[in-house]
Amino acid sequence: MSAHASDALIRIDHLTKSYTRGGQRIEVLRDINLEVRRAEFVSLMGPSGSGKSTLLNLIAGIDQPSSGTIAIDGINIATLDESELADWRAANVGFIFQFYNLMPVLTAFENVELPLLLTNLSRKQRKAHVEATLEMVRLADRMDHYPNELSGGQQQRVAIARALVTDPTLIVADEPTGDLDRATGEEVLLLMDELHRDLGKTIVMVTHDPKAAARAGRMIHLEKGVLVDDNAGALVDAH
Amino acid sequence: MFLFKLLLKNAFRHRLRTILTMVGLVVAISAFGLLRTIVEAWYAGVDATSNTRLITRSSVSMGYPLPLYYGERIKRVEGVDNVTWANWFGGIYIDRRNFFARFAVDAPSYFAMYPEYRLSDAEKEAFLADRQGAVVGRRLADRFGWKLGDTIALSGTIYPGTWNFTIRGIYHGQDAKADETLMLMHWKLISESLRKHFSSAVANQVGVYMVNIKDPGRASAISADIDALFKNSAAETRTETEKAFQLGMVSMSQAILMAIRAVSFVVILIIMAVMANTMTMTARERLAEYATLKALGFSPAFVVKLLFGESLMIAAIGGAVGIALTFPLSVAFLKQTESLFKVFEVSQQTILLQAGAALCVGLVAAIWPAWKMSRIDIVQGLRHVA
Repeated sequence: MSAHASDALIRIDHLTKSYTRGGQRIEVLRDINLEVRRAEFVSLMGPSGSGKSTLLNLIAGIDQPSSGTIAIDGINIATLDESELADWRAANVGFIFQFYNLMPVLTAFENVELPLLLTNLSRKQRKAHVEATLEMVRLADRMDHYPNELSGGQQQRVAIARALVTDPTLIVADEPTGDLDRATGEEVLLLMDELHRDLGKTIVMVTHDPKAAARAGRMIHLEKGVLVDDNAGALVDAH
Repeated sequence: MFLFKLLLKNAFRHRLRTILTMVGLVVAISAFGLLRTIVEAWYAGVDATSNTRLITRSSVSMGYPLPLYYGERIKRVEGVDNVTWANWFGGIYIDRRNFFARFAVDAPSYFAMYPEYRLSDAEKEAFLADRQGAVVGRRLADRFGWKLGDTIALSGTIYPGTWNFTIRGIYHGQDAKADETLMLMHWKLISESLRKHFSSAVANQVGVYMVNIKDPGRASAISADIDALFKNSAAETRTETEKAFQLGMVSMSQAILMAIRAVSFVVILIIMAVMANTMTMTARERLAEYATLKALGFSPAFVVKLLFGESLMIAAIGGAVGIALTFPLSVAFLKQTESLFKVFEVSQQTILLQAGAALCVGLVAAIWPAWKMSRIDIVQGLRHVA
């Protein structure tokens, strides 16, 4: 756990998550206690079924815990209702998914513009934001292209731009390189590294890949729903 | 604007599926409109009736004639303004399939009582002056290509022999409801022929009396007074308003009309099921997209709007084409069934019903998928991709 409690963006206390399937109660996460500082790049690792994706979903506010608290920037999101959570996510979280999850009928520009539709920005302001963000992910020349006209790496960069365009407090990434070849995955990781380093974004990333995990400053290991290892403070430089 | 763009793009994402669904809608909506028009055409005679006219006929059956002198007695009943009469002529024009209504009428009093049949003064005079003359409706003349001066030969079925009539007038209906498919000839010609070949008793018979009354509010009382006049006579009468008379005629086809109505609604129910299936498939395929939108912060209401919007857009396009297609379909249908319907027009009410049906299909088809997708669990939805 982080020693810099005052700097904590994410504070998780006694978090549990369980499901009931076929009449049987399955504990996915057990008594998780964790803090993540602002501008920290954290990777969540663990074998399949360890609960890392569930933990990421809880941090992102797309799932609700069975017990415990998740405070993000001082707000206990475990107490928010569905509508409040949606508003909170729109304002605070940027999502990067393994399969990009872009709208196939929208261009790269329109996909990046999507989260901005939930803000009060004018059309002109939205355009400026989208163009600047696409420029940042080096896809300004592809903004009128549809996802099926882009490579996997380019699609993931559009997804990163979409995650970034609202300038969220937190970016969550679920296996962002899982569907990419090594070289393209490396490009995506480099880009995420830039977001963290240059823009000071707090990133929580789930990955199976130790090399990808090594990009993060902090690696957290989960096994069978329990946090087993956390190298908080020990910077791992994969470069 | 963005929502509309997204709706439009989504609607035509699977072009073949969307086009096939629209074709289904076009067929259903135009079939619905055509069937409604058929039902309305059946009732056209009822709609065209006047509330100041009564029909007096034999209480036994339409096939039993009434004596000619009844006319004078009916005329003397309080509240009666005028009386005219007509006999069903029957007959065959070239072939039995060339069916149209033919009535032998007392011409001067008949046209006075039916102002909705518009005939020029010159044509009326020509008709009145020619005992073998006939007047035909515009649509009937168009159907057989008749013009003024043409001679029409009818083989008698009720009145034996071959009857030649010269067209002296072509009348126009004062509005779309008026029947323009009648052929009218002189009752006197028929009567004289019957007198010559049979007897005066046979010659002085009338099929029905049409009675003009001054006050429609007294229709019921006047009807009762007329029937009372001939109570216990050899030819008792039954008098009713023109509307009731026409409804009585229509009621003979009630079962067919019910079936047509039922089919028209079944067609809509079928397309509703087809469209609901399309929308459900569409929603299921986009589960991950809706989950993504919700993850990004879009509300369940946005997802509902997307599904309802897309469904309504498909229904609106299909419905509009279906409505537009009803008009040429009706024209084609009428050409095939000219002898059957006097008035055959797609009414404003039918168009509204078609639009309502299309709207209803669009709404109903989206209810289930919209409800389902608005409630999807984001995590489960995102896993749909993975």
